Amino acid sequence: MLLITCPWCGTRPELEFSHGGEAHIARPPDPASVSDADWTAFLHLRTNPKGLHRERWRHTHGCGRFFNALRDTTNDTILATYKPGDPLP
Amino acid sequence: MQRFSALSLLRHALGGHAGWQQQWRSPEPKRAYDALIVGGGGHGLATAYYLAKEHGLRNIAVLERGWIGGGNTGRNTTVIRSNYLFAESAALYDHAVRLWETLSQELNYNVMFSPRGVMMLAHTAHDVQVFKRHVHANRAAGVDNEWLTPQQAQDFCPPLNVGSDLRYPVLGAALQRRGGVARHDAVAWGYARAADALGVDILQNCEVTAINRDATGAVTGVQTTRGTINAPKIGVVAAGHTSVVLAMAGLRLPLESFPLQALVSEPVKPVLPCVVMSNTIHAYISQSDKGELVIGAGMDAYPSYTQRGALHVATHTLDAICELFPTFRRLRMLRNWGGIVDVTPDRSPILGRTPVPGLYVNCGWGTGGFKATPGSGQLFAWTIAHDAPRPINAPFSLERFRDGATIDEAAAAAVAH
Repeated sequence: MLLITCPWCGTRPELEFSHGGEAHIARPPDPASVSDADWTAFLHLRTNPKGLHRERWRHTHGCGRFFNALRDTTNDTILATYKPGDPLP
Repeated sequence: MQRFSALSLLRHALGGHAGWQQQWRSPEPKRAYDALIVGGGGHGLATAYYLAKEHGLRNIAVLERGWIGGGNTGRNTTVIRSNYLFAESAALYDHAVRLWETLSQELNYNVMFSPRGVMMLAHTAHDVQVFKRHVHANRAAGVDNEWLTPQQAQDFCPPLNVGSDLRYPVLGAALQRRGGVARHDAVAWGYARAADALGVDILQNCEVTAINRDATGAVTGVQTTRGTINAPKIGVVAAGHTSVVLAMAGLRLPLESFPLQALVSEPVKPVLPCVVMSNTIHAYISQSDKGELVIGAGMDAYPSYTQRGALHVATHTLDAICELFPTFRRLRMLRNWGGIVDVTPDRSPILGRTPVPGLYVNCGWGTGGFKATPGSGQLFAWTIAHDAPRPINAPFSLERFRDGATIDEAAAAAVAH
């Protein structure tokens, strides 16, 4: 089980969190003007990297807030967690 | 190829079994082939076999990063069934089940296909309605599936607890009698041996590091850890690593790769006559011919390439199994492991062309690809040979996500399957 550091609450076991998918995928501000290809990319296409992954987590059974993490998918080490809007570590 | 038969076994027994040949060669890579298959698991080896056998493409190679069958082919829980809700899926998976039924004869290799029945348990009123809908949808599509009362379920599977003391009592079950299990390693070895006999080069320890393309964007070959290999057609069947391979051609896919966990108990005498699945409390269990109880656990919550996972995921499944089968409570678990499964948003596979000319992809089988191995290989071979899908796999295109024509087995099953 991973130990994850919530930027607000501190380090807690993985069971308190839910995974929120790849981070920094912005919803197009005007969906009606977006092409089908771009909308598909927003909805479905993912980097799925073997290596460093920027991802969202939600401290579901804690403060309930979303935050971001930088994790290495080859060994599951979490290198950093940061609040939404913070500069990228 | 030395054929296996009772007579050949007897003859070699008299010679102390010293006369058997290696079942496939380990050739040096040629500089060019007519087609390359990236990924030497069951699906990739089957693709190569059917390309050689049914489409006459014999100057081809399978490129495998490690050893054949060392990825998800050797890590899955070997369950075979076709009782999917949607007509497209039922057709795709039933096509595979029909191939399973004669596969040992086809390959002259005992894949130990055992159609012992797959029983899916219902624990809530909602489950009952959903499974009855599955039963009716399957029967209308010509796929066998039948509804059992709790007593009928226990008659079919005596160790099953159908008492009222369960937190989620068994309210009934959907049974597909043609479903069952097969020996996963034998599937990889049988296809490898049969493909090799048709001239296919199986190149192990040969990791693709780049995809070469010409000025028009079409593929021209690959760079590997064993040198550059040219080919006008490349089929990628890399399961959890599909995103990594296709990123070499600049493609982003609707895939994420998760560890899926499985475990086996110590071996015991025959105790469980069929496959039992419960989506609601997440149990997934069968017994191998070796005697081990083979248990499928869930996926971890986060994408990863680590081939391991967290113990709480496996523990969750064991809780359910101990409820359903009180006699299993004293069994000790022997091993647990993870495989990296590539999951699509609708939990249906992608089997077709890509936007890059000459590049084809067979991926997204997620948590349930083993059951499709022969069908997947046959359809992918057709798709590569004709540069077009057969009607049965045409709905499973990459474009379905753009077109909104998803085949949403995720919603239909509400569980990893």
